[in-house]
Amino acid sequence: MATVQSDRLFGKSIKRREDPRFVTGRGTYVDDVKLPGTTYAAFVRSPHAHARIRTIDTAEAKRHPGVVAVFTGADMTGVNSLPCGWDLRQSKNIPGVVQDLAMVPHMPLTSDVARHVGDPVAVVIADSRDAATDAAEKVKVDWEVLPSVTATDKATAPGAARVHDAAPDNIAFKWELGGGDVDGAFKKADVVVKKRIVNQRLVANAMEPRACLARFDEATGELTLWVTSQNPHVHRLLMCAFVLGIPEHKVRVIAPDVGGGFGSKIFLYNEEVVCSWATRQLKRPVRWTSTRREAYLTDAHGRDHVTDAELALAKDGTMLGLRVKTTANLGAYLSTFAPAVPTFLYGTLLNGVYQIGAINCQVTGVFTNTTAVDAYRGAGRPEACYVLERIVEAGARALKMDVAEIRKKNFIPKFSGAFQTLVAVSYDSGDYGAALDKLLQMFDYKKFRAEQEAARKQGRLLGIGFSTYIEACSIAPSKVVGALGAGAGLYESGKVRVHPTGMVSVYTGSHSHGQGHETTFAQLVADELQIPIEQVEIIHGDTGQIPFGMGTYGSRSASVGGTAILMSINKIKEKGKRIAAHLLEASPKDIDYVNGSFQVKGVPDKAVPFGAVSLTAYVPHNYPDGLEPGLEETSFYDPSNFCFPFGAHACVVEVERDTGAVKLLRYLAVDDVGNVINPMIVDGMVHGGIAQGIGQALWEGAVYDVQSGQLMTGTMSDYALPKADLLPMYETGRTVTPTPVNPLGIKGAGETGTIAATPCVVNAVVDALAGLGVDHIEAMPLTTERVWQTIQAATAKR
Amino acid sequence: MKLPVKMTINGQTQSHEVEPRLLLVHYIREVVGLTGTHVGCDTSQCGACTILMNGVAVKSCTFFAVQCEDAKITTIEGLAKDGELHPIQQGFWEKHGLQCGFCTPGMILAAWQILDRTPSPTEEQIRHQLEGNLCRCTGYHNIVKAIQWAAENMATAKK
Repeated sequence: MATVQSDRLFGKSIKRREDPRFVTGRGTYVDDVKLPGTTYAAFVRSPHAHARIRTIDTAEAKRHPGVVAVFTGADMTGVNSLPCGWDLRQSKNIPGVVQDLAMVPHMPLTSDVARHVGDPVAVVIADSRDAATDAAEKVKVDWEVLPSVTATDKATAPGAARVHDAAPDNIAFKWELGGGDVDGAFKKADVVVKKRIVNQRLVANAMEPRACLARFDEATGELTLWVTSQNPHVHRLLMCAFVLGIPEHKVRVIAPDVGGGFGSKIFLYNEEVVCSWATRQLKRPVRWTSTRREAYLTDAHGRDHVTDAELALAKDGTMLGLRVKTTANLGAYLSTFAPAVPTFLYGTLLNGVYQIGAINCQVTGVFTNTTAVDAYRGAGRPEACYVLERIVEAGARALKMDVAEIRKKNFIPKFSGAFQTLVAVSYDSGDYGAALDKLLQMFDYKKFRAEQEAARKQGRLLGIGFSTYIEACSIAPSKVVGALGAGAGLYESGKVRVHPTGMVSVYTGSHSHGQGHETTFAQLVADELQIPIEQVEIIHGDTGQIPFGMGTYGSRSASVGGTAILMSINKIKEKGKRIAAHLLEASPKDIDYVNGSFQVKGVPDKAVPFGAVSLTAYVPHNYPDGLEPGLEETSFYDPSNFCFPFGAHACVVEVERDTGAVKLLRYLAVDDVGNVINPMIVDGMVHGGIAQGIGQALWEGAVYDVQSGQLMTGTMSDYALPKADLLPMYETGRTVTPTPVNPLGIKGAGETGTIAATPCVVNAVVDALAGLGVDHIEAMPLTTERVWQTIQAATAKR
Repeated sequence: MKLPVKMTINGQTQSHEVEPRLLLVHYIREVVGLTGTHVGCDTSQCGACTILMNGVAVKSCTFFAVQCEDAKITTIEGLAKDGELHPIQQGFWEKHGLQCGFCTPGMILAAWQILDRTPSPTEEQIRHQLEGNLCRCTGYHNIVKAIQWAAENMATAKK
C-alpha cells in the first residue's frame, strides 16, 4: 500500500498533471483524432450580410472528383431549428419581461434567407479536405441581395432592414429590472452624471478553432461526435432532443483536449449538427475543422452593448440612484444562451460592490445582420462592471472626489450570509474594502499620485485607473435559473469509482479546456481520501463515461463540480466505514477515517487501510446481509445560490501626447475568489483574464462595415489580439473570504480578470487625459487613433 | 498532380508524393501523422505551427511541403531526448506556462529560437521575440517566466 498523504494538497501550487502531454505535443485535440474512411466537410457560406436565396445549383460541385455528397437545407428534412435554451416570455412568468422574446428559427443550413456573412447554406462532403474546399467553390447560389443592418444603435431605427419577419423593428425582447425609488433619487441628487458607454463586440479567439468529427456506426446504431465543447452533455441533449430527434442513449459526445473556450465552445453550432446528420446519411465519418476566417464569421461573438447610464450622487459622494438603458445586439440568430447574457447575467450585477439607493435597468435585445452574440468570458458581468466602474469614476470627477475615496464611501460593509441587492440577487459574502485596501498598499497609491503630478508638470500624461468589481459565478442554482427562463438546471455531477486495488477514478461533468481539472480535482480527492495523488485519475469530457454534466462556464467547475465530487467521496467514506466495521467486527458508527485508514475510534491498532477496504468491496466473500458489493458513488450537486467573487484592480498607463499611443506601465490585481485549491492555477487564470480585459480596452473589436455588412476584422491580421510585447508582468494579490454557499468555500476564479481589467484600463487613460479636460471616452478599443482624436477634440475645445 | 518530397523529421526520413499546394504543416499533421504541430489561423499570425527547420524556428504554414526537400525538421515531438524533457519544456511545466496547451508546441519552439539567439535574454527581449506567437490563456506572464527558467537552467547546465 502506498504511503499516507501527510500534508493537505488543497491550497498548494503543485505542478499540473496534464502538462507533460501538452509540452511534448501529445495532447489529443479534435482535429488530431483520425478515423479510417473519413470524409471532409466544407461549408458554402453567404458572402452577403443579408440576401434571399433564389436557387442553389449543386450539380457541378457534385461532379467534382472526390465529392461524396452535397447537401442544402432542403435535403435536411425532419431536422429542427437550433434551440435557444433561455426563454424570456411573460406567459412563463419570467420576471422583468416587458416584451416577449421572439423565438426566431435558426436552421443548420438556411434555405430561405442568409442573415449574416458566413451563414451556411450548403455543405460539400468529399474524400479529402482539398476536394471539399474546391468543390464548395463550384456550388452556385443565386442571391438576391437585401439591405442589411449591423450597428447596435441603428437596429430599431425606422426603415432599418428587417432581419426576421417574426421580430418587427428587430426587437428580440424588452426587459426591465430594478428596485428603490429611482425617480426620487434623481430628484434629490446634488449631481447627476450621464454618459453613453459602448461595450464593443468581441471575438473569443480560443487558439484552437472549433472542430468536429462525427461517426455513425450502422452495426450498433451508435453515433459518436468528437467536438470542441465546454459541455459535451449539453451538446448531446440539445442535438438529440431538439434538433435531430435521435435517441440520446445512442449518441456519445466526446470533448477531448480542447484548446480554450472562453464561452465560445458552450453553444451548439450549425456545423456540428450538419456533420452529425450527414454521417448518418453517408455511413462514413464526417470531419469539419474551422479555419480561423470561419471562426471569426461563425463562433458566437461577445458583448456589443450600447448603454446610456445615469448616476445620481449627493455632494458627499453617496450613490443615490442608477439608471441604465442598454441596447444589446444579439446578432442574426438566438444562440444557445443569448437572451440570458444581457439580462440575468447583466442587470443583476448592476448593484456592484456598492450601496446604491435605487436602480433601474432597461434592456432591449435586438437582431442585426451579424454573427450571433452569446456568452464570452464573463458574459454580462463584464458589461455591468464596465458601466458601473466607468460611471462611478465619472461621478468622482464631477464631484472632484478621489476615485478610491468615492468607492470606499459607498462599499457595502463586510458581511457573510446574505446581502440583498436591488437587482434580484443576494450576495453570499464580501469584504470589499479589504480588497481595495490591500490593493492600495501594494500600489503605494499616495506616492503614485505625487509622481503623476510631477510628470504632468513635465508634460507627460500618466494615468491611474481602478475597478472594484463583483461577479456572479458558480453557476447556478437550478431553482433560480429555472424561474428566470433557463431550459435546464445548472447542477453538476461527480462520480467516484474506487477500484479493487485502491485506485480511484473520478468522473466529472465539468470540462477542462485549460483550467487544469486533472490537477485541482485530484488535489481535492487525494486530500479527502488521504491517499497519494498518483492513485487518483480525473476523467472528463465524455458522455459515454460520465453520468451527466452541465460543463464548464461561469466559473463553476471547482465550486459546483468540486462539491459534487466531495459529496461522492463522503458517500464512499460512509460505505467504507460499513465495510471496515464488518472487517473489524465493530459498529459502523464507531469507525473513523484517519490517515487513509478506517479505524475504531480511539483505537489506532484496530484499523484497516483504504486499499484493504477497496479490495474487500469487490471480494465480498463473507459480507453481512444488506451490504452491497462494489465501491462507487454518484452525486449531483445543485448550489443553493450563486457565489460572488470580488476584488480591486488598478493600473498605470502613459499616453503619448503627440500620437495618442497608450502604454501600460503597471497592472495590479487583488482578487477574492474564496478558498483556492491551487494558487498557481488561479493566478494563471487571473493573468489570462486580465490580458483579455486589457485587449478589449486597448486593441480588440469586431467591426462591421455599415454599408455592406461585411466583417472588417475577419482574420488575425485585422482583429488585434494581445501580444507578449504589449503587456506587463501582472502584480497579483488575494484576500480570502470563503463562500458559505458550498462546503469547499470556493467562489470561482475563471472570469475575474476579464471583468475587472477593461474598465480599469479605460479609467486610467481617461485619468491620463483629465488634465486636458477629458472626462469620458465613449467607445473602445482605445487605439492610438481614437486616443489621438480624443486629445485633438479636447485641445480644440480649450 | 503529385510531386515527390523527401525530408528528415525528428531524425526519421520521410518520403511521400504530395500535391504541390500541400502546406508543410498539413504534411506534418496529416501525411506524417505528427499532430503536436497545431493550426490556429490561416494568416501566419498565431505561431501554433512553429517548428524548427535546419536549426531555425519557422511557421510551418508558410512553406509548401515540396519546398522542404532535404530539410531537417524538428517538431515538438522530437524535442525531448531519451525521455528527458528539454529545459524549455520543463520550464513551461515548472512555471505554468500553459493552460489549454494548444499554442504550447509553437511557443516552446519559438522559445528555443529566442534562447538560441540570446541565451540570457531580458524580459523585454523575450516579449519582443514572442510577438509572432499568440496565446489566449496565460496573458504571457508565465510564458515569459518559463523561458527565463529555461534560460537559467540551460546556462547552469553549460557551466
